[in-house]
Amino acid sequence: MKNITTRIATIAATLVVTAPLLLADARADENYRARAFAMMEKDFSGKGQATVDRIQADGLQTICNRTGNKPPAEITKQLEADQAAGIKFPADGKLMGNWKEGEKIAQSGTGFTWNDERGAPPGGNCYNCHQLAPKELSFGTVGPSLYQFGKLRGNTVEMQQYVYKKIFNSKAFNVCSEMPRFGHIGALEPERIKHLVALILDPESPVNK
Amino acid sequence: MKQALAVSGMEALVALALIISPCLAVAQTANKSATKDVAKDVTKTAKKAAKPASANKVVADQAEEKDEVTKDFEKFRAVMEDSNPAELFEVQGEEFWKIKRGPNNVALAETCDLGLGVGVVKGAYVQMPRYFTDADKVMDAERRIVWCMVNKQGFKEADIAKKPFANEGYTPEATSLVTYVAAESRGMPFAVPMTEPHVQDIYELGKEVSNYRAGPYDFSCNTCHGSDGKRIRMQNLPNIASKKGATVAVMGWPGYRLTGNRMLTHQWRMNDCFRQQRFPEPKYLSDTVTSLLTYMTANANGAIYRGPGIKR
Ligand code: HEC
Ligand code: HEC
Repeated sequence: MKNITTRIATIAATLVVTAPLLLADARADENYRARAFAMMEKDFSGKGQATVDRIQADGLQTICNRTGNKPPAEITKQLEADQAAGIKFPADGKLMGNWKEGEKIAQSGTGFTWNDERGAPPGGNCYNCHQLAPKELSFGTVGPSLYQFGKLRGNTVEMQQYVYKKIFNSKAFNVCSEMPRFGHIGALEPERIKHLVALILDPESPVNK
Repeated sequence: MKQALAVSGMEALVALALIISPCLAVAQTANKSATKDVAKDVTKTAKKAAKPASANKVVADQAEEKDEVTKDFEKFRAVMEDSNPAELFEVQGEEFWKIKRGPNNVALAETCDLGLGVGVVKGAYVQMPRYFTDADKVMDAERRIVWCMVNKQGFKEADIAKKPFANEGYTPEATSLVTYVAAESRGMPFAVPMTEPHVQDIYELGKEVSNYRAGPYDFSCNTCHGSDGKRIRMQNLPNIASKKGATVAVMGWPGYRLTGNRMLTHQWRMNDCFRQQRFPEPKYLSDTVTSLLTYMTANANGAIYRGPGIKR
């Protein structure tokens, strides 16, 4: 973990130097970015579990912010590898849980807002952004439809690993993905991620009917 | 779905059906003789409009049914816009604007400059946010109105900031005032003065804020409002960087919201989006919120403002 943090810090430092060269009006951008951040620092206060330190971007967020979500290829590769290195697998080695449990997790949109109960397990928020089981009509489109994902792409061990990892840390595959890093931030534990893998890949899941 | 990101289509339907009761509740809070008639009208139209939504027809293609919900709401809103409960708050706000109030016992109408001269309300809303020399700040309508309440009438900002947004039984005076001021710009084009350097500056800051990702979910405004045609659950998300999207983003605010039956301002919308972004809370009337309102409203410059609206 420490290792990763230091590496991100190094990359961030490199970026401070290289980013201005990457963007045409980078100087003005840097100036506004710094001032926007100073403004936000003075303008927010903690409420419930949403503490004021959340305004601080972490290493990866900083790089995405500085590069308009498109870091240079070299840095992207490095960062994705770092994110992948933090992924933890379930103790029993099995990656498919129970799709019925997965559906419940996918439905729940709670977690981390200032009016969510502290300590209550956050939901997956999956339907907020994705279509999954066809009977749920209230789905978002920020992410691609996952309807029939398993039917179309199979459910081999490799596919299970991909889906598991994608949910654990979406940034391991797409460094500035708009999808949260559910395992990385401790929102979903390996056991619950398994249930979501089943929702997406199990042939019995309504997603694949 | 209790505290979910989004309100489902089903909840929107329930809200439609419930419109009848909120109007009566509104009638109690506004003590004007005209109030009752407006409420009756609203109730009538609401009953008519709510009907197709509750008709329980089976639609073979379920995806189509979802669009029916949206269509019904749009139809409903069109009918409602002629007799919007927001009108009750306009009336209330006009009274607050015109009578002498506060520790200094002065009227805003004779002391408050919304940018077009002391007491001038017509057209002021669509030309804010703007820079005010007396405050040395760029201010949106709500911020300016509260500034006047504090600096002219002698109210305490801390008191106002304690409960800045409406709930079902309570509407802040500033909210009614914003509704009145906004209504006085109905039919006029948005014209944020982008040639003014302070406004230009805060516009750029607002653009930065809308791009800024942080927090446990790595969200920025742009995660949800950065491209065209996206939805969270059933709710359409305007792309605030485009003129078309920004127009949607500023249209109908302040708005009477069917979810919770209350009159809410654009300041409230920003507050609730930061909540969904998993950020901490922006202080009431902050530069950060003004920067976002400047960014979005200026992006909508030229579009005709239709006045206070109805929101799901
Ligand atoms: C805020 C939006 C958001 C949320 C919430 C979200 N996702 Fe995603 N998801 C995306 C986006 C955007 C993509 C596509 C870009 C990418 O791959 O990073 C994606 C991609 C995926 C993919 C890969 C699809 C492919 O074709 O390879 C899977 C699997 C996935 N999401 C599952 C989930 C699950 C399960 C959840 C809930 C635990 C979830 N997502 C929550 C936005 C979201
Ligand atoms: C996690 C998702 C999410 C984030 C992040 C988010 N919003 Fe929103 N926003 C929504 C939803 C959901 C709505 C409600 C849309 C509706 O009611 O139809 C909304 C509504 C709005 C509206 C009103 C649109 C209308 O039609 O009236 C504006 C303006 C807006 N957001 C701006 C912002 C800004 C600025 C930010 C960043 C500070 C932001 N949002 C962050 C999800 C989000």
